Amino acid sequence: MMWRSPTLAVGGTILIAVITMSIAAPWIVPYPTTEQHMLDRLKPPGARFVLGTDQYGRDLLSRTLAGARPALGLGLGAVALGLALGVPIGLAAGYVGGRVDDLVMRVVDAMLAFPSLLLALLIITALGASTGHALLAIGVANAPGVARIVRSASLALREAEFVLAARVRGERHLYVMFGEIFPNVLAPVIVEATLRVGFAIMAGASLSFLGLGVQPPTADWGLMIREARQYVFLSPWPLLVPGTALAVTIVAFNLFGDGLRDRLGAT
Amino acid sequence: MIPSPLLDIRALSVQFQTLEGPLRVLRDVSFEVMPGETFGLAGESGSGKTTLGYTILQALAPVARITSGAIRFEGRDLLSASEDELRRFRGRRIAMVYQEPRSALDPTMRVGAQIAEVVEIHERPRSGVALRRAHELLELVNIADPVSVARRYPHELSGGMQQRVVIAMALAGRPSLLILDEPTTGLDVTTQARILELVADLKRRVGAAVLYISHDLAVIAQVADRVGVLYAGELVEVAPTGDLFAQPIHPYTRGLLDALPHLDGMHGLTPIEGRIPKLTALPPGCVFAPRCRFAEPACTAATPPLESVAPGRHVRCVRWQTVIATPRRSTQAAIAPAPAGRDVPLLEFEHVSKRFGGAGVVARLLGMGAPPVRAVDDVSFDVRAEEVVALVGESGCGKTTLGRLAVRLLRPTAGHVRFAAPNPTDAQIVFQHPDSSLNPMKRIGPSLARPLVLRGLRGEERRRRVRELLEAVRLDPDTSARRPVELSGGEKQRVAIARALAMGPKFVVLDEPVSALDVSTQASIIRLLTELRRALGASYLMITHDLSLVRHVAARIGVMYLGRLVEIGTAAEVFRAPSHPYTRALLSAVPRPDPAARGRPIRLEGTVPSAQHPPSGCRFHTRCPQKIGRVCEEVEPPWERASATHWIACHIPIAELSRDSKETGP
Repeated sequence: MMWRSPTLAVGGTILIAVITMSIAAPWIVPYPTTEQHMLDRLKPPGARFVLGTDQYGRDLLSRTLAGARPALGLGLGAVALGLALGVPIGLAAGYVGGRVDDLVMRVVDAMLAFPSLLLALLIITALGASTGHALLAIGVANAPGVARIVRSASLALREAEFVLAARVRGERHLYVMFGEIFPNVLAPVIVEATLRVGFAIMAGASLSFLGLGVQPPTADWGLMIREARQYVFLSPWPLLVPGTALAVTIVAFNLFGDGLRDRLGAT
Repeated sequence: MIPSPLLDIRALSVQFQTLEGPLRVLRDVSFEVMPGETFGLAGESGSGKTTLGYTILQALAPVARITSGAIRFEGRDLLSASEDELRRFRGRRIAMVYQEPRSALDPTMRVGAQIAEVVEIHERPRSGVALRRAHELLELVNIADPVSVARRYPHELSGGMQQRVVIAMALAGRPSLLILDEPTTGLDVTTQARILELVADLKRRVGAAVLYISHDLAVIAQVADRVGVLYAGELVEVAPTGDLFAQPIHPYTRGLLDALPHLDGMHGLTPIEGRIPKLTALPPGCVFAPRCRFAEPACTAATPPLESVAPGRHVRCVRWQTVIATPRRSTQAAIAPAPAGRDVPLLEFEHVSKRFGGAGVVARLLGMGAPPVRAVDDVSFDVRAEEVVALVGESGCGKTTLGRLAVRLLRPTAGHVRFAAPNPTDAQIVFQHPDSSLNPMKRIGPSLARPLVLRGLRGEERRRRVRELLEAVRLDPDTSARRPVELSGGEKQRVAIARALAMGPKFVVLDEPVSALDVSTQASIIRLLTELRRALGASYLMITHDLSLVRHVAARIGVMYLGRLVEIGTAAEVFRAPSHPYTRALLSAVPRPDPAARGRPIRLEGTVPSAQHPPSGCRFHTRCPQKIGRVCEEVEPPWERASATHWIACHIPIAELSRDSKETGP
């Protein structure tokens, strides 16, 4: 069924490749990711180093392959955190309605008005730079958007007759929200989450680039770009290779999300 | 000399290309519409009646294909006409009006301008003339003040007014054929009566022929000269209206007529067993054979031809002679009358009011903001143990709000709702829309099991109870594993009833439980509800706009208008004099499946006032045909006692209400 939609097919294929890479990286990398080859610094792609080397003579292919794992881990983790926070808030606001909805949505609006990267920077400044804190920061920054999507989908179901019937037979509110409404908002949530993973990876790479996320010498795309920046005129490869990997992964998530949206009929 | 038909459809077949293969939506359909004639096309959902309308206009979806047949209009072959020629026909010679007037009108344009636009396309008049013609057209559709209505936007008009505007627009091209597809579905009965009156009168005024498509035979009886009955894509009977209703021949036509509720509360409501066949799996031979009690092997051998059985009468049935010789089922009594109930109040409404919205205190002090909507205003009545009480009234009268108050979905703004049962969950509700009443993401089994979980049943006992519930509502036990989308509307409603029953209720609110269902299904659901009530010993509060239906099921009936109860009494009392002027108007507007009963219903002028600004005094005084004077405008009407069980809220003395009803009543 996936192959009937080209966007879904292309996005899905790339995603499967990236995920496989991230899992298999430790076994398939040609060189250890931190191994320095001091005589082969800033080499262009060749027979020995397929995609060239960086300023310390580390193999770019190995480092890029290994960089998939922190990128995906951060993207998926941050979105999972965003869902864990945003879904209950959105469900509650949509289901309870009235003043609660007004209040929650104004707070959400305020948070949305704040650039999410700035919000993440704020959190990291307070907690200190680390991978875990970057994940926390991006996750929290994602929550308001998720809450808004879930809220509007569940608001439409608040007066649905099967929801009213559940209330009349004396169901607890938690059951009505998660047992009756949630399964029906799943489709838009899945689409939204998929699209958000791409943005979260981007945000994670941005934080690493600023030196606020993953710390050296770990192989991470954002960090690799940061370090390659100064040598770009000597050799563009240390910048191009992780940059391309990052772009392709984000585009793949977006294609996959758009394809899902068309397929599931969600908006 | 016989005049040549205006529209002549011969052996028309239409097919839809789908992923599951071709769907033969219409098969071998032949009929004609004479100039100036009103032809009624009756059929339930899935009969192909709407597709037929689109086929005539050649406005079918790309997946549809006309596989055979011919459509001749004014002597010309429409199927071979070019797109240019068709454009000249559409709107100008043939115009169509759809069910939903709201979606046929542009919400951003004043209605006068919209009609004028159509006039300009058709007639290219000099400037200024188009708008004047729009006013004329509005007048033609019985709009009293066309100039002011023309200046309004669609949302400022009621549903009935919107439908008039759409009809006016259709008449703009001076068509010789007007196709009306369910033009009154979704409208209130008094509004429907006025639209039907207009349709019946259009012939005289503009001389156009009308193809009237509807699922409602009672409505067709009011307007049509001849009727065609469509079933699963085939025309099974064509006859002059009088003949068809006096002596229906095809077993399906008979079934449809016998399934209708009658205002006498005695006849009808006999369901047609089985369901309409899927177009992917049509039965061999006669399509109705699997549901037909006259079926014999010859019926399934080959598709019967549309046979001429009398002048002007055609029937697609090989056994029509046997059918005629058999008496109709409707001569048997329908449903045992509802019991009076025990003299123990189960649910009491005490001066209950419910208001919605309205501006906050600050805004109101400053004189800003809208006042609240008074959905229900000071209503008192009770439902006794084992009694069936019905609330009737048109949309916006507050009956649905009252039902929701009864099951605690809403809290009253003032007054009390007392429920004399041990558990609050002993009051359950069955809703109107089969599509929304079941969770689309859940299979039927889990949906039915959930209430049992709440009641502490588990394991094998719970599974057994689910099977029993399905059996109780006459569904196959396999239904458990199915999803709501796989079920028909009637089946979904059965599941919703089973789910309410699972709680073992003492009291059930039925909120328009059959209004979204086909006539043949309606009858079986009503019978089921009646049987179940007897078995449970429960009480029902039935909320409906369908007066002929309540006569069959309710012991007592309350009539509501604009948030107020205006009359309450036993079913027999409410249906005869003396009665409230509003009840009388409502009753007279109910279409009867009898062309001989075409009458002039009591006209209600204007539209229902806003519940935000209800009229002072008697709320009905702005539209009451029997208004007696200032007292109606200034003083709230007192409750008058017509009998121990019959009360009317009106200023007119009971004696006079009785007399009036005898003179002009239904």
